[in-house]
Amino acid sequence: MSESNVTSRRSGVPLWAQVLVWIGLLGLLTVVALGLRRTQQGTVQPGETIPDFTLTLFSGYEYEGRNEIKFSEFRGKVVVINFWASWCKPCEQEAVELESAWRTYQKSGQVIFLGIDYVDTEPEARGYLTKFEITYPNGPDLGTRISQFFRIKGVPETYFIDRDGKLAYVQVGPFRSEEEIHAIITPLLNK
Amino acid sequence: MKKKLAVLILLLIASLVWVGSANAQDTTPPTDDEVNAIAKQLFCPVCENTPLDVCPTEACKQWRDLIRLKLSEGWTEEQIKQYFVDQYGARVLAEPPRQGWYWLIYIVPVALLLVGLYILFRAYQTMRAPLAEQPAETHAPTGLPDEYLRRIEEELKKRN
Amino acid sequence: MLADFGFGILLIAFLTALYSIGAALYGHFSRRQKWVESARLAMLLTFPLLTLASLTLIYLLVIGDFNIRFVYEVTSRDMPTYLKITALWGGQSGSLLFWSWLMSLFATAVTLRKWERDREFLPWVILVSSITIAFFLSLNIFFENPFQRFWQTFQGVEPATFRPANAIPFTAEEGRGLNPLLRHPGMVIHPPMLYLGFVAYVIPYAFAIAALITGRADDRWIRLTRRWSLTAWLFLSLGLVLGGRWAYDVLGWGGYWAWDPVEIAAFMPWLTGTAFLHSVMIQEKRGMLKRWNMILIILTYSLVVFGTFLTRSGVLSSVHAFAQSEIGPAFFIFIGITLVTSVALLIYRWDSLQAEGQMHSMFSREALFLLNNLLFMGILVICFWGVISPLISELITGQKVTVGPPYYERAAGPLFALLVLLMGIAPLSAWGHITLKNLAAQNSLELEKRYALAIARLLWKPAIPALLVLIGLLIAGITNIYALIGLTFAALTASITIYEFWRAARARERAQGENLLTALWRLAGRNRRRYGGYTIHLGVILMAIGIIGIEMFQSETQKSLAVGENIQLAGYTVRYDSLAQFPTNDGRWVTRAVVSVFDKNGQFLTELYPRYDVYADGQPMTIPGVRSTLADDLYVLLINWEGVTAQVAPFKVYHNPLVNWLWLGAFVFIFGTLIAAWPEEEREPLPTQARKTKAIYQPGD
Repeated sequence: MSESNVTSRRSGVPLWAQVLVWIGLLGLLTVVALGLRRTQQGTVQPGETIPDFTLTLFSGYEYEGRNEIKFSEFRGKVVVINFWASWCKPCEQEAVELESAWRTYQKSGQVIFLGIDYVDTEPEARGYLTKFEITYPNGPDLGTRISQFFRIKGVPETYFIDRDGKLAYVQVGPFRSEEEIHAIITPLLNK
Repeated sequence: MKKKLAVLILLLIASLVWVGSANAQDTTPPTDDEVNAIAKQLFCPVCENTPLDVCPTEACKQWRDLIRLKLSEGWTEEQIKQYFVDQYGARVLAEPPRQGWYWLIYIVPVALLLVGLYILFRAYQTMRAPLAEQPAETHAPTGLPDEYLRRIEEELKKRN
Repeated sequence: MLADFGFGILLIAFLTALYSIGAALYGHFSRRQKWVESARLAMLLTFPLLTLASLTLIYLLVIGDFNIRFVYEVTSRDMPTYLKITALWGGQSGSLLFWSWLMSLFATAVTLRKWERDREFLPWVILVSSITIAFFLSLNIFFENPFQRFWQTFQGVEPATFRPANAIPFTAEEGRGLNPLLRHPGMVIHPPMLYLGFVAYVIPYAFAIAALITGRADDRWIRLTRRWSLTAWLFLSLGLVLGGRWAYDVLGWGGYWAWDPVEIAAFMPWLTGTAFLHSVMIQEKRGMLKRWNMILIILTYSLVVFGTFLTRSGVLSSVHAFAQSEIGPAFFIFIGITLVTSVALLIYRWDSLQAEGQMHSMFSREALFLLNNLLFMGILVICFWGVISPLISELITGQKVTVGPPYYERAAGPLFALLVLLMGIAPLSAWGHITLKNLAAQNSLELEKRYALAIARLLWKPAIPALLVLIGLLIAGITNIYALIGLTFAALTASITIYEFWRAARARERAQGENLLTALWRLAGRNRRRYGGYTIHLGVILMAIGIIGIEMFQSETQKSLAVGENIQLAGYTVRYDSLAQFPTNDGRWVTRAVVSVFDKNGQFLTELYPRYDVYADGQPMTIPGVRSTLADDLYVLLINWEGVTAQVAPFKVYHNPLVNWLWLGAFVFIFGTLIAAWPEEEREPLPTQARKTKAIYQPGD
């Protein structure tokens, strides 16, 4: 066996293999980088435009008699989206405040409250809605699609969207008083 | 699995017959084991990577109650799983459904393994190509003890 | 202030590591040995410095200075002292410091060796180790300072390293305390073992990179780091086993391994490490696979860092993951840089890493080792893809998916079975030894036949016990085809391995007149690596038996019992006797049931005490009552999540056949690794080295 004939057969890494290796490596790093960015960026940030989504509503909690609504039909109104679940203790702290705030704005027709029930079972969810006498439209987050879009980190989280469909404020965790809610909505109404 | 399913279906049929003959309140409720058999295959999004049957959170407890409820209403295992997928998304399943993009998850490892096999095969070929020029060796392992011993001792010597 | 002192020391250690990097580079390029020596000393210095920093933090933990954020987060007054000490690795920042500390320990140990013959490696080994240390220290300094303090400002209490304007120190009354799940003895030693395994792999990697940079193509780097790789592997294995045991004891789901992403993150370097352990033997003995070994060690190092990244960056959610943290991007950049540099170096040196030997047959040992490597890589690919694909899915579809146990078990199971089989067959094959005598044409088919025959000749005797085992299993009524295959493979491999011991010892017995035991002892003593390896194989087989037992034959049942009622499973009867609730002086509220276990004849076996503890912060922990025998475990859980009252309590009972063989096997496994890694007085075989370098392969080696 001579060294030379071995060398001649395998000299260096073929170009195509190098290209392949680098593409693979960069692809992998990109995926990880994007995944990392996704974790780092947290929830949807204020200023972002919220794209359209469809929410199916619980019967008894319809909006104008319809059991399915599109987010886009509320353009021009201030939208308050509250993520909650019946198993979530902190959610109970703010349930009364949210409902009472809703009743304040309901008549004006300028503000709409939407409750989105995150990873919950319907019987329990209904129990919760009845217990806190909630009247604003409420529906399950089917396929956890909406919560994944908002990248919620937990419940409760409340998102305030202005008349132009832009996210204005995110409340992570429960409200401590009804005033807090008004303090956020009032400037949005006056804008 | 199939066996369990069959048992389950039998049980359901039996319970239906029972319902027909007696009051609805008299149905035997599903056992914990029947609930767990389904819960085992589901993952709740709240506590990721923990199967539902051993997940202690309140959300998971509700899910188990829901399974129990659906079972008592006569739903089959497949129906219940499908219900959960519809409600909470494909992530509740222990592995992604075999459709669309998700096929990638199943195909890529197999493809890479085949590529690996091919590389290995090629390596075998290239590594033994210059065999003809190898000088012949003189010792054959015949399996006889003395030959074997010779090799053992040889190796031991080499180590020292 | 002690906190400032600790942070100062960290900063000095960081600067020292940076200096060591610079001095090593300068010394190398200016050819001034003095500077390289200075770099070496600087690296040596990081160990005492980090020891001091760690001891400072430990002291703060023990005295319970809740002014320090880390102390507040992981300890509380009622914790025993040993837990306060081990809380060092109970949180992100402390465990990062611990990581660096261990890393500097290993780096120190390796720089203390004699370097005369390997001078050219020195600057590069220092470089790689110092960069790794400096990186981990930078995480501590810039993102996760363990000495961060609480400050009272007008806005409220905030944590900060330095005093914010107009702030006064704030000390909490009581700490949050260590996560109850981490208070188990298994969890106390499991992370250090894993970290030791992780950091020890930096050493062979550093030498590999040194070999790549200097262009030294021989197997010197492998020989120098052989013991390091084994040590790393031992600790990593120990870490994995302890983690499994911890899960079995405290997580309360009747199992030891859940294919959780974080578990897999620790498992992946073990896979490449194991492949590496095997394939280096081929390079040492035959001068082949030089490139492959480089790839393997680069992969192992990258997976170590990647695994640490996955666990700590919050990219993956898992029961084991640390809280989300800011260190993700820094980690990512570090991984990117090391990976790209290593691969570029490897491609640059690709040519010089030519094989010196040839493979003779698909049944030769080197061929079978390659197959072994392929199987390990296959499992790695499955694991890696399983961990990464939810990320990809989320990016493509915006929807998360779960890739859970069924995926891994289905995909990796057959590969594991093949590995067990290969573990038996490979030792029977020869190192390219079969003669070509009288084979003028060297017909390759003829050659394969000879190799295959040589194996078959050695195989038939050990195959008999394996067949008997198979028949026995069939008679016992076991019909699970996977279990039958797995157990038969395990039996075959076990009997081959034992036969190998016996054959060698017998041969010596006859030739040297030693008795069998002495012969065995001498054999193991003089070829530690081989017989240590065989012992490890035996351990793995025992573990495989345990795994097959629990994976394929586990059964479970759950029922709410009133006092006096019972529950039946796998021939056992478990009767609920009573329930007691009481507080403990470390702040737990314990609910403990007493159950009696009877066998199928109604014979009383034992009493078990499944319980659950609720910690002061409300976190519950479910502790099973376990009756453990070699045949099976009866694992009884009092499940708190269904609501327990004194009259009616829900129990979950698992029957885990053979699971103890898993733990037993782990002991054998570790014993074998110790045999293989035990330091022996190694006279460096100089002539062999010289011959290996670039020389044409000498047959009969």
